Amino acid sequence: MTDRRPKIVGFCCERHGMDAVVMAARSGKQSDASVRLVQVPCTGRVDGLHILKALEDGADAVFVLGCLEKNCYYDTGSIEGRKRVAYVKQMLSEAGIEKERVEMFNAASTNAWAYPEAVAKMVEVARKLGPIGGGERQ
Amino acid sequence: MIVAKRKPINEIAEMLAPYKKVTVVGCRSCVAICLAGGEKEVKMLVSALKVKNKKDGKKQQIEGFVVERQCEKEWIKEVEEKVLESDVTLSMACSLGAQTIGDMYPSHLTFPGLNTGMFGVPEEQGVWSEKCVGCGNCIIHTTGGICPIARCAKSMLNGPCGGSSNRKCEVNLEVDCAWAAIYDRLKIQNRLDLIDKVTPAKDWSTSHSGGRRVYVREDAKLTPHQKKGREGVQ
Repeated sequence: MTDRRPKIVGFCCERHGMDAVVMAARSGKQSDASVRLVQVPCTGRVDGLHILKALEDGADAVFVLGCLEKNCYYDTGSIEGRKRVAYVKQMLSEAGIEKERVEMFNAASTNAWAYPEAVAKMVEVARKLGPIGGGERQ
Repeated sequence: MIVAKRKPINEIAEMLAPYKKVTVVGCRSCVAICLAGGEKEVKMLVSALKVKNKKDGKKQQIEGFVVERQCEKEWIKEVEEKVLESDVTLSMACSLGAQTIGDMYPSHLTFPGLNTGMFGVPEEQGVWSEKCVGCGNCIIHTTGGICPIARCAKSMLNGPCGGSSNRKCEVNLEVDCAWAAIYDRLKIQNRLDLIDKVTPAKDWSTSHSGGRRVYVREDAKLTPHQKKGREGVQ
């Protein structure tokens, strides 16, 4: 057992998603992973290629955090984000890679619990599956 | 346009497995419009293959490129160097693109990354449907602009078969009966008299059934003298 921390990349919309992250920080909630948070104008801007590139470049797991679907600042952005995550999951399954490594989460600005919960879920997945291509699991 | 679908990634990975250096070539024409083999799809496939190789602990160099139209030799010249320096080329165009690369470099391996499906149109975002089978003798002026060859499962030429029920096809109840659609269209056009006319048995020799088809337009062909001049310029 090593002290390797899971590498997780999170694409987060600058509206409700980031507000939820800030809310979590203000509430003193902490996460235990090395999360690289990438702020995007909207989860509709997240392309499947961004998610795949993150995995290619060493992320163990990737998540997308956007507004609630019926409360998206740009109306349908988080729906687009969900569809792209679903497509990447399909590609990963075809390639024999665990599709659980990629997830979509939604949050309202005031959901202080949403971001820590998303990170906790991805940490659990990353710990269970380990890095892509082997290496030590935690 | 030609509508194609990407092959499953594991099938592609299996084809490419014995080779160290892979060049993936997409096409910006039909297959880009049907979201199967354009620039983004090439980049995503390359990335997914790299992630798969990482998982499998396999070393393979994969690079992706896109040309304007892969079925035309002039455009393929743009990536000639990249094609020839690889062990295998994966074509993300329709089969025409893959075969054009294959014809240009016969000793080089070119594999298909897509399954070429049909001549279709985009019905809505993300949905493409077949409307022509390229039979070589178009009759849609008599059928209200709807092709019974492509849209009827049995390619009926003189009205629906006995399996048509409630305007649906017996082959698939989700599919509209082509002849119900033709009837509606002719009614709108006030040309229902056409439905009574008997179309004789179709001459399929103009279709693929007559063997490989080659169309020639003599006035567009280059004379030997013109060809020689063009080769000189190149």
